[in-house]
Amino acid sequence: MSSPNSAYPDTPEAQDKPKRQEWPLWEVFIRGQHGMSHRHVGSLHAADEEMAIKNARDVYTRRNEGVSIWVVEARHIAASSPSDKGPLYEPSESKVYRHPTFFDIPDEVGAM
Amino acid sequence: MYAQMVKSEATQEDPEMLAAFQARIDAGEKIEPKDWMPAGYRKTLIRQIGQHAHSEIVGQLPEGNWITRAPTLERKAILLAKVQDEAGHGLYLYCAAETLGVTRDEMTEMLLDGRMKYSSIFNYPTLTWADMGAVGWLVDGAAIMNQVPLQRTSFGPYSRAMIRVCKEESFHQRQGYAVMMKMAQGTPAQKAMAQNALNRLWFPSLMMFGPSDADSTHSVQSMAWKIKMNTNDELRQKFVDQTVPQAEYLGLTVPDETLNWNAEKGGYDFAEPDWDEFFEVITGNGPCNTERLAARNKAWDDGKWVRDGLLAHAQKRKMRKVAAE
Repeated sequence: MSSPNSAYPDTPEAQDKPKRQEWPLWEVFIRGQHGMSHRHVGSLHAADEEMAIKNARDVYTRRNEGVSIWVVEARHIAASSPSDKGPLYEPSESKVYRHPTFFDIPDEVGAM
Repeated sequence: MYAQMVKSEATQEDPEMLAAFQARIDAGEKIEPKDWMPAGYRKTLIRQIGQHAHSEIVGQLPEGNWITRAPTLERKAILLAKVQDEAGHGLYLYCAAETLGVTRDEMTEMLLDGRMKYSSIFNYPTLTWADMGAVGWLVDGAAIMNQVPLQRTSFGPYSRAMIRVCKEESFHQRQGYAVMMKMAQGTPAQKAMAQNALNRLWFPSLMMFGPSDADSTHSVQSMAWKIKMNTNDELRQKFVDQTVPQAEYLGLTVPDETLNWNAEKGGYDFAEPDWDEFFEVITGNGPCNTERLAARNKAWDDGKWVRDGLLAHAQKRKMRKVAAE
């Protein structure tokens, strides 16, 4: 398992460097106390998933921040590219009817 | 500060892209790792965040020094938690820098061979238990001055790291001040020890902000990019104004005979630290530079077999899993 130069191998800084033997980078997701979804909190290095969870516990839940941990190796995450911002998100801007406030409901109908 | 005298990199790029980039920053948008950014912005941030991270890690040494000799079990547990936090802060910051295309191990190697620096303050020794109080109160207090505004920095990962750090940093400063209160209200010998710690650490703490950068072009560029939020002098003034009343409450004397409240400017007038000493310390000639770097090198070298062994084990397990499937 040779880890890439960095989790961001496409950055100018990371290009043209020899590959190094480093512990891979893991992204950490924590579920807080109140039944919310797991939320990305940061990242860390670990040799394997077991160690990643142990390290995540030590680094990201020292003050009761969570009740459940997910870790995923950073290189497995597929991400949208900043240049796709327009095509991806602009279509929803014109669709105001998707919001409940678009509709005027008379007061006498009551809460809805 | 934790990152001192960070030189900004000159940038030669398409003026239109630079203008668009600056407009995003001026509009308060966050720059994220995959966004286009000037090479100078990237390089300056790697240097600054890396130096900040190294400071957190090297900063564990002067405090780790007292863990086994803390006066009570409670104080020991608290100090241990604080030093563990510093490791976490270093880690948040390394991860933020890594999004710019440098790896943590690369940064560590640059620290170990002297290509990257850490804050001058950690090259001073911690001679007595009172120093644990003074470090938390003064050193963490000075760090907070810089880190609170950096929560609004333009680079997303750096900003998020700072938000996490600031949440924990307040615990550090308060525990330090609590140690100082206990000492200052203790026996005359304990109070003298607290005064002695303040005497030794006052000027090194003022040095943390770095020399005046009012005329520095680096500072102007970094401030335009919002990776530096205040001038060094502004932060130093703020620190003195906040800290002097806290020293008075303790019944301790700030070791500066020229210290004087200036009603006109609404702040204290105070003596500059010895900048020759500062430059000596950052070029490697402080009281503990050799010791600190030797300790980090030893930890890195002694840990090599563990890093390699765990990686080999992970590889073996992965192969076995593949074979089983």
